[in-house]
Amino acid sequence: MNPHLDARARFAVTLGRWAGRVSRAAGRGAGTQVSGRVMLAVAPDLLDRVGPGRATVIVSATNGKTTTTRLLTEALRAAGRTVATNHTGANMASGVTAALVADPVAAAADTAVLEVDERWVPRVVDAVGPDLLLLGNLSRDQLDRMGEVRAVARRWRTMLEAHPSLRVVANASDPNVVWSASPATVTWVALGSAWNDDAAVCPQCAALLSWDRDDYRCSTCGFSRPDTPNRLDGDTLVLEDEKIHLALSLPGRWNVMNAALAVTAAHTLGVDPSRAAAAMRDVEIVSGRFAPVALGDGRHARVLLAKNPAGWTEVLRWLSGRDAGVVLAVNAHLADGRDPSWLWDVPFELLAGLSVTASGERALDVAVRLDYGGVRCRIEPDPTRAARALPERDVVIVASYTQFTALTRRSW
Amino acid sequence: MYPVHAAEPAVTMSRTALRVGLVFPTLLGTYGDRGNAVVLVERARRRGYAAELVDVAAGTPVPDSLDVYVLGGGEDEQQVMASDGLRASSGALTRARDTGAVVFAVCAGYQLLGHRYETGAGVTLDGLGLADMTTTGGPDRLIGEVVVDVDPALGIDALSGFENHSGRTTLGRDARPLGTVRVGGGNGDGHDGVLAPRLVGTYLHGPVLARNPALADLLLRWATGADTLAPLDDARPHALARERIAAATATGWRARVRDWRLAHG
Repeated sequence: MNPHLDARARFAVTLGRWAGRVSRAAGRGAGTQVSGRVMLAVAPDLLDRVGPGRATVIVSATNGKTTTTRLLTEALRAAGRTVATNHTGANMASGVTAALVADPVAAAADTAVLEVDERWVPRVVDAVGPDLLLLGNLSRDQLDRMGEVRAVARRWRTMLEAHPSLRVVANASDPNVVWSASPATVTWVALGSAWNDDAAVCPQCAALLSWDRDDYRCSTCGFSRPDTPNRLDGDTLVLEDEKIHLALSLPGRWNVMNAALAVTAAHTLGVDPSRAAAAMRDVEIVSGRFAPVALGDGRHARVLLAKNPAGWTEVLRWLSGRDAGVVLAVNAHLADGRDPSWLWDVPFELLAGLSVTASGERALDVAVRLDYGGVRCRIEPDPTRAARALPERDVVIVASYTQFTALTRRSW
Repeated sequence: MYPVHAAEPAVTMSRTALRVGLVFPTLLGTYGDRGNAVVLVERARRRGYAAELVDVAAGTPVPDSLDVYVLGGGEDEQQVMASDGLRASSGALTRARDTGAVVFAVCAGYQLLGHRYETGAGVTLDGLGLADMTTTGGPDRLIGEVVVDVDPALGIDALSGFENHSGRTTLGRDARPLGTVRVGGGNGDGHDGVLAPRLVGTYLHGPVLARNPALADLLLRWATGADTLAPLDDARPHALARERIAAATATGWRARVRDWRLAHG
C-alpha cells in the first residue's frame, strides 16, 4: 500500500479489499465494483490520492474498451512493465479506484491501464492525470441511460479544451471522436468506419456530413477526417512507414480495430509495435467474451457480448454465413438499456438460413424483430436451454450485458 | 398491383406498388423507428400487395408521390436539421396528404407535425403545421413503458410502447389526441399523440407498429383504401404487447420486484 496514504485512506483500502473478497466468495462476480464503492464511501477522495504517481493510460469508447485495455496491458507487460488494470470491466470511479489498490502488486505497479465509462472520463482524468488517453468510437448506446451520442462527445471535448497538452490516440474514422479529441495533442489512426449511423450530422456545425466510403467532409464548415499516415488496411496496421500484421486469436473485425488502437498506443508509449502486436496474438478470452459455456452434452457454446447496435452489427456480420447455431439472449435491465427498440437498428436479416433461437427476458421483442426480417426462430427464454436444443456442433450465444454477466459469472 | 378503393384519387391508381417513405432516416431514426416502415411494408406484402420501402435521404427533397410517410425520433441537433429539410418540402407533404397519402410520425417527428417546438434550450423549431399542436421542452425527460387507450372511434386495442423525450405537447382546439394515457407521460396532459384524417402522431417507440399490429393495419387500410385486410398470424406481436402492458401496469409488490430487478440485474 502507498506509504503516503493517511490512516483513513489505508482503512478504506483494507475495508474495500475485504468487501471485494466477501463479494467474490458469495459468487457475486469479480467484486471490484463492491470493493471500490466501499473504498470511496470511507474515503471519497481516494482516487485523487492513489491515481497520480505512475504512468497511466485511460481507454474509452462505446465499444471495445475492455478488449483494448486488455490488449494494451499485454503489450506493456511483454515490454517489461508492471501494470495495474481494471480487467473485470468495472469502469466507473469505484472500479478504477479498486483496480489501482486491489492488492499490493497492483498498488506498486509502475503503469496503469484503465478502461473508463464514457461519462466518467472527465472525472477520472482530473483525478488521475493520465499520460495517454485512447478514444475509440462513439455510437448510440442505451439512450434511456447514457443520453445521446452528442452529449458524450461534448463532454469529452470540454474536458480536452481544459487539458490541451494531454496526449491522445484517437480513431480518425469516427467524426464524433475526432471532434471531441481535436483540442488535445492527438496521434490519429484511421480504423475504418464499421458504423456511421450516428455521424450523419457534422459534430462541429450540425450541417449534413457527406460520406464517401470511410471518408467524410462537411461542406459547410470544412470539418473533415484528419490527415494521417496511420491506418488499418485489412489485418495490417500501417504506422507511419512501418507495417504491422495483426494476427489475433480473438474473432471478428471489431477486435482487429481494438488491436490497432492498442498497438498505436503502445508505440506512442515507446514500445516496438511489432512486439506489441505479438503480445496480443495469444489473447483468447477477454473478461468472459468468447468464453465456452458447457452445455452438459459434451458441447460448449461460445458467448459473445453485444451491447448496442454497432456492436450487434459487427457480431452479426461475423456470424453470417458461418455454420453455427445462434442464440440471441436479450434483457432490458438498466445495464442493458431498458428500451430494446434498438433491435430494429440492427441487420438481423444477416442471420437468414441459420438456426436461431430468441432468448432472454425480452425473447418476444427479438422474435418479432426476426419475424419481420424474414428470419425464422424459436423462442426459449433460458439461453443455456436454448443452446442445448440447437442441433449444430458449434453454438454461439450473443448476449446483452446482464445476460452475458449471468452466463459468464463462473468463468471470472 | 394492389386493389384500389373506388374513392381513391386518380394519382394513387396510376401506381403499381404501395410506396412507404422513411423520411430522413439518418436524422429521424435514433430509436429503431425504421422498424415502423419495415412493419408496414412487410404486412402489406403478406396481403399480396406490392410494397416498397423508400428511403428519403436527408438533404434531398421529400417527394410528393409516396403513399405513406414515416417519421421517427431523433436527437436534438438532428431534429433541427430535419425541421429545416421538412419545411423546405412542406408543400410536397401537404400535396401528398391532400391526394390520399398517410402520415405517421413518432417522437421528434411527431413534434415536427405541429406548428412549432420550443425546446428547453431556448430554440424554436418551426413545424409542418399538419396538425394543430405546439410542443414545449419540459422540466424533465419522460422515460419508460407507456400504455395508451386509443380513441374508441378507431376500434383498436390499447397500445404498448416506450417513451423517451422531454417535450410536452398541447393540442389546439381543432386537434384530437390519439388516446388516453393509462401508464406513462405521453403529451404530458393525460393524453398521447394526435389523430387527424390519414395522420397519426405519437410519442411511442418500440417500434410502436411492431408491438401493435392493429395500428399498423389501420394505417395500411387508410393507405390502400381497403375496408378490411386479410388476417395475419400475429400471435407473437400480441404476446409481446400483452407482456409489456402487464409489466407496465403491475402494481404493489409485483411492481416493486420488477423495478428492483430492472435496476439491479
